[in-house]
Amino acid sequence: MRAFTYERAASPAAAAASAVRMANAKFVAGGTNLLDLMKLEIETPSHLIDVNNLALDTIDSMDDGGLRIGALVRNTDLAADARVRRDYPLLSRALVAGASGQLRNMATTAGNLLQRTRCPYFYDTNQPCNKRVPGSGCAAIGGVSRQHAVVGGSKACIATHPSDMAVAMRALDAVVETVAADGATRRIPIADFHRLPGDTPQIETTLKTGELITAVTLPAPIGGIQQYHKVRDRASYAFALVSVGLIVQRDGTGRVALGGVAHKPWRVEAADRELPHGAKAVAGKLFADAHPTEENAYKLTLAQRTLAALLADARA
Amino acid sequence: MKFEQPAGHNPIDQLKVVGRSTERIDGPLKTTGRAAYAYERHDVAPDAAYGYVLGAAIAKGRIEAMDLSVAQAAPGVLAIVTARNAGKLGKGRMNTAKLLGGPEIEHYHQAVAVVVAESFEQARAAAHLIRVRYARHKGSFDLAGTLDTAVKPGAQSDTAVGDFEAAYAAAPVTLDATYATPDHSHAMMEPHASVAIWNGDELTLWTSNQMIDWGRSDVARTLNLPREKVRLVSPFIGGGFGGKLFVRSDAVLAALGARAAKRPVKLALQRPLIFNNATHRPATIQRLRLGAGHDGRLTAIAHESWSGDLPGGGPETAVRQTRLLYAGANRLTRERLARLDLPEGNAMRAPGEAPGLMALEIAMDEMAEKLGMDPIEFRIVNDTQIDPEHPQRPFSQRELVRCLRNGADRFGWQQRNPKPASVRDGRWLVGIGVAAAFRNNLVRTSAARVRLSSDGGVTVETDMTDIGTGSYTIIAQTAAEMMGLPLEQVSVRLGDSRFPVSAGSGGQWGANSSTAGVYAACMKLREAVAARLGLDAATAHFADGRVSVGGRSLPLAQAARGGELVVEDQIEYGDLDERYQQSTFGAHFVEVGVDAATGEIRLRRMLAVCAAGRILNPLSARSQVIGAMTMGAGAALMEELAVDKRLGYFVNHDLAGYEVPVHADIPHQEVIFLDETDPISSPMKAKGVGELGICGVAAAVANAVYNATGVRVRRYPVTLDKLLDQLPEYT
Repeated sequence: MRAFTYERAASPAAAAASAVRMANAKFVAGGTNLLDLMKLEIETPSHLIDVNNLALDTIDSMDDGGLRIGALVRNTDLAADARVRRDYPLLSRALVAGASGQLRNMATTAGNLLQRTRCPYFYDTNQPCNKRVPGSGCAAIGGVSRQHAVVGGSKACIATHPSDMAVAMRALDAVVETVAADGATRRIPIADFHRLPGDTPQIETTLKTGELITAVTLPAPIGGIQQYHKVRDRASYAFALVSVGLIVQRDGTGRVALGGVAHKPWRVEAADRELPHGAKAVAGKLFADAHPTEENAYKLTLAQRTLAALLADARA
Repeated sequence: MKFEQPAGHNPIDQLKVVGRSTERIDGPLKTTGRAAYAYERHDVAPDAAYGYVLGAAIAKGRIEAMDLSVAQAAPGVLAIVTARNAGKLGKGRMNTAKLLGGPEIEHYHQAVAVVVAESFEQARAAAHLIRVRYARHKGSFDLAGTLDTAVKPGAQSDTAVGDFEAAYAAAPVTLDATYATPDHSHAMMEPHASVAIWNGDELTLWTSNQMIDWGRSDVARTLNLPREKVRLVSPFIGGGFGGKLFVRSDAVLAALGARAAKRPVKLALQRPLIFNNATHRPATIQRLRLGAGHDGRLTAIAHESWSGDLPGGGPETAVRQTRLLYAGANRLTRERLARLDLPEGNAMRAPGEAPGLMALEIAMDEMAEKLGMDPIEFRIVNDTQIDPEHPQRPFSQRELVRCLRNGADRFGWQQRNPKPASVRDGRWLVGIGVAAAFRNNLVRTSAARVRLSSDGGVTVETDMTDIGTGSYTIIAQTAAEMMGLPLEQVSVRLGDSRFPVSAGSGGQWGANSSTAGVYAACMKLREAVAARLGLDAATAHFADGRVSVGGRSLPLAQAARGGELVVEDQIEYGDLDERYQQSTFGAHFVEVGVDAATGEIRLRRMLAVCAAGRILNPLSARSQVIGAMTMGAGAALMEELAVDKRLGYFVNHDLAGYEVPVHADIPHQEVIFLDETDPISSPMKAKGVGELGICGVAAAVANAVYNATGVRVRRYPVTLDKLLDQLPEYT
């Protein structure tokens, strides 16, 4: 771990301003990902801005029937919230499918969206990784890639986004609220929040330097049967091989988002429209542009079959 | 004491203490945090500095340049030791690669430097400041690509009886199948850790090591010290599984760091380093050919295994059980060893049998199906009471058939539908599988010292280790039984090289051999007590803290009234293990559910039936077996060190990437021990059981998956991606 300076921010805008002013600064909240990465010198911030005291830890009902989730709401609290369980069960299920109880007690809503990939080459500073050291190459391509992305990847990076929560947020059309150094606020639809790797896999979101997430809002509940199935080799405490978040309405329409297949939570609106036609039709649209490796091609089949099972359950 | 004839009736047979389920006497220390593990020995080294290991960034090659200057100037740094400044080092007899590499690099994450600093954080930060320039050399990293160049590694590698080829060609029913098992990591909870303290030219290592005497010798060899100048202390070990049989870099680098810094140094191998820096169970490729008549009797058995290791290393002895497990007139086994420049392969829980049975016991399942026989009946038909390669050698005890039959009854085997993919429970495809368990019983010389104090209490001292297995407790039970004392009157001190040399913990020999050593020492103490009390040792009865002969009865404590009585003895073995084949047997039963849509495999229940001689403590033995079953479940379903065949290392080198079972994976386990004693094994009439529990588990799981799905996976781990394409379409 490199030496760093530390401050406790007094307000969201002050935190953002400090992040612009200080070179190589990072926000820290739960620290469940950042601190591990710092110990391994995968992340080497010079300055940490602790945002834990910013009073962004409430879940508020909004006039439009939606929910505003403070950036610092812990995963455990969000998953257990009665409104979330009643109106957004997909989100609650996705959250409890992630990590462990201890980690969920610390991990925050905003931090979860910003967690880094679990690609083992990203985690080993001896190996090339364009995400860690831009321009150094990608060891995962041609290497061990059973867990990697099958769609939306690039010649520079085939890492996946590890979040379960973000998959649910994507299906629920969440909006990320931010504040910038000058106090300006912005609302970023989750669809536009995470980026595909392209030539710059080190840039993972559309956040600008210093921009701080203050909340995530959920639109008014849309009802339907909401399911989340996370497929993994062991029953708990593992990252998804594939996960499927599904919302199906009585008329057979709905939404589907996948985890574990791409650099971001993977949802294709055209695929949603195929839901009444079954899993195969949906998968055809989700994976229209898929480029799996030999080791991870199974994910295409797996995602389709998992979706088929969820659709069958929803019908039942 | 020399054990040369089968044991007759002896004091252990009273079974007042031995053989009874007894909670671990060290349990309260562990549950209250008072059992200090190596890294926690602040009491012996309150001023310890911290060591942090830098591992090689390449798999094979040479260090061309190493710049320590920035690291040396970093805050808190006391010393940096590399191969250049460490002085001349030897190599441990049990080590294949050097524990401090450079300039030659033999494998990925081989230690190339240790940084010693005032704090752990300073040492870690400084280690990242060392600049190393490497020249990469080509290496051999892909086992499957080396089969042509693999060699016969030793005189014991091949066996042949009868004419396998002819019998196989003539057999009406045959199987020829190839299986693969991946590299495994021990993944124990406690990392390799040591505190090193120099006192002049004497070194004390507070460490975590299964085999104190091997360790002491190899530390001395590595550091070019006389053995007497080295002391190892390892009273508590947070898991070893074979990964701590040998001295590893933590011990050597802590010692070198402490010498350079002139301070005690504590060092724990960083978790991401362990998988490539330490040893692992080597991957195998195994070919099984079985030939049988329509009656199900095997006439031809061939088992060939390929594995790889660094130059100077050894093979995974995966064919050994096949020499002994089933009858058959014509037999052939071969082990071949290829050169691989991956990290060092070595022993992991049940080396040989664990991966060997992963292949053999699927082959038996496949063959039973070809024969149209029940897999249990097929195994029973081919049972043997003699060593099939050496018919003059009977088994000392062999209760495989009883294990299979008892287990079948208990598990409800009759309800199994032999037709695969025919049982459904909602979305789950349900299947049941069985495998035989087999692990040899090894006996080793083991010594102990026993002290009788004036308060009538007995203290046992031996360098035996307790790696979470229950050694403290069974040793206390043994001494209590022998001396006629309640358990509370016995203290046990383990894991110190100042104590008599024991069998140590490995190869499931620890329980039987170390307690037999305590038995020998206690026999001697009984004689000394009788002499002091003026009683006849041969007829003296030790019970309830008293020694009685005829009408005379004296307190045991009286024998120590004039001063503590101290005796020492060891158990040595004659040729009983040559005249008799000593092995342990079992049967594993597993029920799995396979998600018909996703292919996810989840265990539903497991049963192990074990025949392993006298069970000294059914409670701790059960813990051993369920732990081993869990490890077998990991090997079946998830454990694999993923090899990057270009870069030459295990990629998933942390506990997030190398998955071992969690609680949710293990819903229900049951263990049955057959009531058995083996007087040929030792005066304890016990055998090992800690490794038997893993042997065969993975195959039983794989066979259950086959029964559930009809998909035969021959490459471990059995993961859903290997099933999906062959499962019926799911819409």
